[in-house]
Amino acid sequence: MNKYIRSSYLVLCYAFLYVPLFVLITYSFFQAPPQTGFTMQWYQTLWQDPNLLVVAGNSLLVAVVASTLATVFGTLAAVVLRRYRFLGRQVLSNALFSLIIFPDLVLGISLLLWLHLLHFPLGFFTLAIGHITLCLPFVTIMINSRLLDLDSSLFEAGRDLGASEWTILRRIILPLLLPAIIGAWLMCFTLSMDDVIISFFLTGPSFNVLPLYIYSLVRLGVTPEINALCSIIFFVTLILILIAQWRVRIE
Amino acid sequence: MNDNIIEIRHVSKSFGGQQVLFDISLTIQRGEFLTLLGPSGCGKTTLLRLLSGFEKPESGEIFIDGKNMAQVPANQRHVNTVFQSYALFPHMTVLENVAFGLRCQKIPTEEIIPRVMNILATVRLEKFADRKPESLSGGQQQRVAIARALVNRPLVLLLDEPMSALDYRLRKNMQIELKALQRKLGITFICVTHDQEEALAMSDRVAIMEHGEVMQVGTPREVYEEPSNITVAEFVGEANFLKTKILEASAESLHVEIEGKALRLTNRRHITQDQKVVTLVRPEDLKVWSINEVTNTEIITMYQATVEEVVYKGSTVDLIVRLNSGTKLLASEFFDEDDENLEYKIGETVWVEWYPGWEVVLPELPEELQE
Amino acid sequence: MHKDNVFKYLTINSVYLWLILFSICPLTLVVICSFLQHTPDQLFVWKFTLANYKTLLTPIYLKVFWRSLQLAFWVTVLCLIIGYPFAYFLTQLPSKIKGLMALFVIIPFWTSSLLRSYAIITIIQAHGLLNTFLIKIGVIDQPLQLLYTNTAVIIGLVYNLLPFVVLPLFSNMEKLDRRLIDAARDLGANGPTTFLRIILPLTKSGIYSAIMLTFLPAMTLFYIPDLLGGAKSLLLGNVIQTQFLSAENWPLGSALSLTLTVVMSLLLWFYFRSTPRSEREAL
Repeated sequence: MNKYIRSSYLVLCYAFLYVPLFVLITYSFFQAPPQTGFTMQWYQTLWQDPNLLVVAGNSLLVAVVASTLATVFGTLAAVVLRRYRFLGRQVLSNALFSLIIFPDLVLGISLLLWLHLLHFPLGFFTLAIGHITLCLPFVTIMINSRLLDLDSSLFEAGRDLGASEWTILRRIILPLLLPAIIGAWLMCFTLSMDDVIISFFLTGPSFNVLPLYIYSLVRLGVTPEINALCSIIFFVTLILILIAQWRVRIE
Repeated sequence: MNDNIIEIRHVSKSFGGQQVLFDISLTIQRGEFLTLLGPSGCGKTTLLRLLSGFEKPESGEIFIDGKNMAQVPANQRHVNTVFQSYALFPHMTVLENVAFGLRCQKIPTEEIIPRVMNILATVRLEKFADRKPESLSGGQQQRVAIARALVNRPLVLLLDEPMSALDYRLRKNMQIELKALQRKLGITFICVTHDQEEALAMSDRVAIMEHGEVMQVGTPREVYEEPSNITVAEFVGEANFLKTKILEASAESLHVEIEGKALRLTNRRHITQDQKVVTLVRPEDLKVWSINEVTNTEIITMYQATVEEVVYKGSTVDLIVRLNSGTKLLASEFFDEDDENLEYKIGETVWVEWYPGWEVVLPELPEELQE
Repeated sequence: MHKDNVFKYLTINSVYLWLILFSICPLTLVVICSFLQHTPDQLFVWKFTLANYKTLLTPIYLKVFWRSLQLAFWVTVLCLIIGYPFAYFLTQLPSKIKGLMALFVIIPFWTSSLLRSYAIITIIQAHGLLNTFLIKIGVIDQPLQLLYTNTAVIIGLVYNLLPFVVLPLFSNMEKLDRRLIDAARDLGANGPTTFLRIILPLTKSGIYSAIMLTFLPAMTLFYIPDLLGGAKSLLLGNVIQTQFLSAENWPLGSALSLTLTVVMSLLLWFYFRSTPRSEREAL
């Protein structure tokens, strides 16, 4: 009985999470009423939309640049925080931690104010800066939790065997962190690709990105083309998640 | 050339306001196997980390091979460590692990490989060169860790609780192997352990530490048979302490009352008249006799006692007996071809004596150091 | 030795520099800007004023705060009510399928919330699946007008934030020692007692993490009311967005953001005080 309740509760929860996505994907393959039946026409329409390819390219560019830089910075920060004692270490660690729950909205508007004051034109650079700042704390926390799992005597062993700090980083720490680093990069990538709030404030009309493009379409109502676009994004995200999970599992 | 490979002079260290080492001075000779023995928290691992360079002393100096180590970081000391967890790099093969130190020294590859294979042969692991550490057993992992340290030809090898991850039988074997390896290579080994049996089995000398101080340094036999104080006696082996009162002390002899019986002993430790003392007798030095085996009860070292517990240990029988004065003693009786009579019953009255001269009179610790 | 220090300080200082340039300076600027004047033709003028804060204390804005806090509170409570048993039952699954089922929570966690909000629209619109289903089974005979109501916003927020509750709770409960529950049972505790006295206190830090991850977004995800409808000034986030992008009153927008930051700081303060260092990993 008890077990029965548990299973049905879980089924309900998963249904709540997945039915909307599932319906959306299904609709993307259906012809518009009154006709019925399977079709790929919505996907073809998407492919012929020149704006879409441009904004998708923009998004991809920002996501790759931002997640790469955020991963490099964040990983180094995590390593430094774990390995060294220095002035303000606790402050830095708490600051990064607090930034995780810092509202994207406030981050977006504060950067807007600041970059406006510095006369940065809104576009690729401002958006990249925003996304790096958004991702940096996530990377640090992810890498840090992996570092905590590693036996700290591994680094001491490297030291003991005559390695310099640089060699320890390159030959011991980075190889051991590789799965976590890949996971962090993928997380940043999806964060950047999906971000609406920061993009809202930090990019201008000359540099439109995918989430904002979808947003403007969605406000006009539900269309089969958006269903198709959202399905594509969902499957791309799914693949990225599976890669990230698979790398972690190997560890 | 100086024969002391390491000199530790008045070294102190504390962590976060808590002092863990108090003014330690210790010299370690070239080629010896020295063990730092003590309970956990006594500062032995900290002392080892000071030698490897992972910690810096607050005061005092450390000399390795005659050179002051104050400004030498861990990666530039000719000292290598076998870590408690072995700390083998999980992403490298055995060969890469062992070659790591040599690579760091920028030794050409064609020289590295033979050196690595040579040391792997010494620890009988040449067949495992291409395996990853996780696929090896605990004992094999330990030998990789030792090889990885030794391949750099260190002046001193430091071993931090090397046996703690091994099971009992493997530990016994590795103790013998480690000692043989050390003798063969002639490298100074400094080992940290809390296992007194291990320390006695492997070491040339043992340094017993407690509360951040070195209590006694000596050969295994010295620390066991002639402990310098009660702490050492209690920590190394089992110990019985007998209530003792000094009746008269002179330079050569002691006239004492042990558990109510007056005895005359030689004064080997310069005990003075007004000192408080106890007498140490090891369990195996106690002899227990059935009441009907003893005819001459006039022997002054004979004490009457009651058997309280009999513990069969295989090669010995351990008896817990209570003297008439109330003191509890542990006696280990070896099975002996000539003396089959080891069948004691709980509650039985027996006679207890020890081999004269095997007792040690020790000064009692001041009140505040007692438990 | 020297090279080692170069590496160390280069890394530390570049991280510091980034945080100062792109977190601390901008935030300070928000604080300053909230005390500046606003004119219709300029975003802000460098003259000190308390006018923005006075505006915040007018009934209109106080009502916005109050409604926004209320909404965030109810969304968080709903998420916890749904998510807590979800996470708990998840931990009780056999270990073989547990990893896979957890992955099914991670997938929506990573998926764009814009996309998922859109998916909700397709379900609850007048001719959507929900209405079709309810009419078919005879519960209603007219389609429910769900879309463009406050209910839709709450459904949307709960749907979006549920994974952010389940995951920290799940990882927290995974660390819970099963034997403690067995021990409580062994000592005679019944189901509710075991839950209230053992499980709930031990998963406290997971609950705190979950609150942190839902409460603030529930006040700031401005595009959800925007898409799903309801009163447009429902969330503090919408008001801030309007001040910045449509009304172009940056000083007032800054003052509003600052209040949001104060709410965040209170939550953080509470979290740091009530959660020991070792348990903060769950976040």
